[in-house]
Amino acid sequence: METKLLTEFYHLDEFRTLPGYQKQGGYEVLKKALKMQPQQIIDEVKASGLRGRGGAGFPTGMKWGFLPKNNEPRYLLCNADEGEPGTFKDRLMMERAPHQLIEGMIISGYAVGSQKGYIYVRGEYHYPISVLRKAVEEAYAAGLLGKNILGSGINFDLDVYSGAGAYICGEETGMISSLEGLKGQPKLKPPFPAVQGYLRKPTIVNNVETLAAVVPIIKDGAAAYRKFGTEKSAGTKLFSLSGNVVRPGNYEVPLAYPLKDLIYKLGGGMKPGRKLKAVIPGGSSAPVLTAEEAEKVNLDYESIAAAGSMLGSGAVIVIDDSQCMVDMLGVLTHFYHHESCGQCTPCREGTGWLNKIVHSILEGRGRLQDIELLIKVADNMKGRTICALSDAAALPVLSFVTKFRDEFEYFVREGHSKVRGVRNAEMHH
Amino acid sequence: MFQLSPEGLAAVKKELTRYESKDSAIIPALYIAQKENKGWVSDEVIHHLATVMDIPDARINEVFKFYTMFNQKPVGKFHVQVCTNISCALNGSRELAQHICKEMKIGYDQVTEDGRFTISKVECLGSCGTAPMMQVNDAYYENLTPESAMNILRGMK
Repeated sequence: METKLLTEFYHLDEFRTLPGYQKQGGYEVLKKALKMQPQQIIDEVKASGLRGRGGAGFPTGMKWGFLPKNNEPRYLLCNADEGEPGTFKDRLMMERAPHQLIEGMIISGYAVGSQKGYIYVRGEYHYPISVLRKAVEEAYAAGLLGKNILGSGINFDLDVYSGAGAYICGEETGMISSLEGLKGQPKLKPPFPAVQGYLRKPTIVNNVETLAAVVPIIKDGAAAYRKFGTEKSAGTKLFSLSGNVVRPGNYEVPLAYPLKDLIYKLGGGMKPGRKLKAVIPGGSSAPVLTAEEAEKVNLDYESIAAAGSMLGSGAVIVIDDSQCMVDMLGVLTHFYHHESCGQCTPCREGTGWLNKIVHSILEGRGRLQDIELLIKVADNMKGRTICALSDAAALPVLSFVTKFRDEFEYFVREGHSKVRGVRNAEMHH
Repeated sequence: MFQLSPEGLAAVKKELTRYESKDSAIIPALYIAQKENKGWVSDEVIHHLATVMDIPDARINEVFKFYTMFNQKPVGKFHVQVCTNISCALNGSRELAQHICKEMKIGYDQVTEDGRFTISKVECLGSCGTAPMMQVNDAYYENLTPESAMNILRGMK
């Protein structure tokens, strides 16, 4: 069973319009929030245990607490540059419930003292962008955005900005660079965005799902939110289930929901005649789990960390026994090589070499020592760069090669895939 | 010589004052210009934008080159982008992309003789639960088979 704190009304087409949203109690929480003190809202979000839903899982209330305690103008940016392979939950949220995000942003903006917000959406999301822009227009016309919101004396302006195709802009400082009209290259931290972000002003960057979750937290309080999940992983979360599974899709479940149940109960399990081989539990950057590991894991930050992987963005990618792990790693190394922004040498060069080495194996030119070389290159890419993309490229390589080493060795020895019996290299051209 | 239409020029001027920083208008301006230049951005386009925006050519050029949605060479009237990242690859998207190329008798990133189609393989488009999928210009087409994809493309007007 799903637990629909955020997605309860997503099946209603009219929920994306202002009247449809208000019919289900939309913007009532904003009215409640505007009667609270900003610090009370921050305290409630802190007490709720809400953690960033974009991938890093950083406690949201704590992030807000890093802002300077003065009247300096500050920005609230919504990170809607959903690009982590396997993730498609923010797209659903923007398409089905744009006003939920807007309400969450007005409340959050009021809490952190920001009068200007941007929603930075990946450029490919033409349709979600059009839905959001229409919703922002509706909200302005109804006095929910702009000056003196609902007669409260509070101001908040909101604009929707379209990215233009770059995975790295999902990294918060890369996103800030992009919004500033630069190449989307991440910036060295510190200073953290909360101190010096967009246009060097204090800035908070939160994911779509994080900002939307502020609405139920303020509506029913932190204690009600904490009824779901665990001490360190509170509340519900949307999981994007994809790959070789019967019913892929977005599912909202309480954190600590068993991964096995997501795949077999909600997802309908494996296709006829197929067996589970591996699961990537948190988007392509998360280390892969074997079927045995995956079936023991719960979907919360600590359980997945204990299994050596990450909850990440909540993208669960299911791989069945018809798939070749060398082939799939080739897909991922190509991706990270393509998306490296190029400013740090270990990442720029490392992603290129990882991709070349995996592809030489895929083309039947691999040597046994290449497997060790992959591990060595990946090890040297960790913790040496401005942002986490380098680590994100290294982790899949290390986990694929160590957990499915027999498939890599077989490919090198025989010149073709252990699973498929063929080389299949043309798929990568 | 490329020149923005009066409407395009007005839209670019509007973007120039929309954000706190003028440079934030570069990405929106590139979108406007690309649309008016048959889906791609040439050196002429960059130079024209630099002139009307009063921003150096090199600044606009570095932004243009960084983002994949700005095309650096001509594309067909319909730009077909097939996601070949992991969730789609697990569901046959690479075979789908190959099939489309074969039917259209072109390689990736080329333009068909009649100027109608370009096929590209792209990274994750956030449509992983409905794989395999393709984006044709602004629209997503999901849960495809080789046959359904070709039917959609043949019907493009």
